[in-house]
Amino acid sequence: MSSHQQGKKQRSRADWILLFVGLVIGSAFGFWATPTILYAEKAQPLQFNHKLHLEQVSDSCKSCHSLREDGSFSGIPSIKSCKECHEADSPMGDGANEAAFLEYIKKNQPIPWLVYSRQPDCVFFSHAAHTANAGFECAKCHDDHGQTTKLRPYEYNRLTGYSRDIWGTGPIGLSGPPHRMKMDDCAKCHSENGVNRACFVCHK
Amino acid sequence: MVIDLDKCTGCGACSVACMSENNIGVLHNETDKIRSITWMRVYQIDNGKSFPDTEVAFIPRPCMHCQGGKSGTPGQAFFQEGPMDEEAHPPCVSVCPATATDYDEETGIVSQIPTRCIGCRYCVAACPYHARYFNWYDVPWPKGSPRALSPFVSPRMRGVVEKCTFCYQRYQAARNKALVDGGEVGEMDYQTACTEACPSGAITFGQLQNPEHKVHKLISSDYTFRLLEQLHTNPKVYYMSKREWVRKKADNYVTRHNKFAQAAAQSGH
Repeated sequence: MSSHQQGKKQRSRADWILLFVGLVIGSAFGFWATPTILYAEKAQPLQFNHKLHLEQVSDSCKSCHSLREDGSFSGIPSIKSCKECHEADSPMGDGANEAAFLEYIKKNQPIPWLVYSRQPDCVFFSHAAHTANAGFECAKCHDDHGQTTKLRPYEYNRLTGYSRDIWGTGPIGLSGPPHRMKMDDCAKCHSENGVNRACFVCHK
Repeated sequence: MVIDLDKCTGCGACSVACMSENNIGVLHNETDKIRSITWMRVYQIDNGKSFPDTEVAFIPRPCMHCQGGKSGTPGQAFFQEGPMDEEAHPPCVSVCPATATDYDEETGIVSQIPTRCIGCRYCVAACPYHARYFNWYDVPWPKGSPRALSPFVSPRMRGVVEKCTFCYQRYQAARNKALVDGGEVGEMDYQTACTEACPSGAITFGQLQNPEHKVHKLISSDYTFRLLEQLHTNPKVYYMSKREWVRKKADNYVTRHNKFAQAAAQSGH
């Protein structure tokens, strides 16, 4: 009985400060630890300099990433597109990266790029509707990817296997597009612009 | 979609084409018809008479893509109306607690999003046509066979509901092409797999409201009917048969006179 009454002592100011400091440290640890545990990193098979290539080509992004005649999007260019400029026996650079790249050219083998913006399987995204029809710039969704000089590591969710870019690279997924491409982001823009919001517009 | 039952031989090519197009797997026991999945199912009916008067008809049954309609008199929900005339009310959509299915006012197609589905099967119970299927099992894809799946249709997992989508992936592709070309999706740009596969040409597919499409003319025929019209589900799949017993067997037989009287009362012309 007496021990129960002793337990009801008044909290001092130091106690509250300690609690607050503990919360801050705990949260900071959580914000650091959660993405570290949740996301794994993978290096791209090769390094690629978008900025350098963009300076060399005539038709900006469309030179390599274009809409096909049937309205589908070519996505990451095939090795055939690379071979339009690159030849196996004439390296345009030096170093291990160029040597590894020329191996792909020599074998005529597709490069297994890891796609940052790859959506889950159930998503249908029409580049034709957004670029040819709505007139969006690539950067509206892909940010300054075309101006980067090297490829950052590909981060993916250990549980779902999806790219981290889909959920957003900001803390607790709060960042909006272009760093995030979730269904909410699609739906938000569709309702703001009076575009059809039925499920099958973006799902398959 | 209009299906001419007098042309249908019951061969099942539509079902096979559908399974191939839409990544529907073969389960370990396909004889268990309660649990197997066939988006396009062919039912058989007969006139109940003994030889030599026996006649058989086959009813291919995809999802009807019901528009539903207001409750009330039969006329109100009887004919295909303008898409914005009223709020659509398909039986399956209104019961879904997860909003995993919706009615697209633009295309009139009832969607099903398996990744959003929680597998409660309310929609299966609500659908009067048994067009919705629950995945009781994961499909035992034989080794290597997933490589042959269509990338344009997402395969489903165990525990979710799926159904015919009128090959929506083909509409998506046709629309993409139309956007690039600057035109519109034409009648022949978007045809379902079952329509293309039917060897006797019993299935016709197109926009019901577009006067230039074949289906528009077909549905005004005296021999056209829909399944369970009495329920006012307002389906987009019409059937045709010149055989009266077939039309009667399809339940809720509505005579020509009734049909046009109702249409007139509703639309004013």
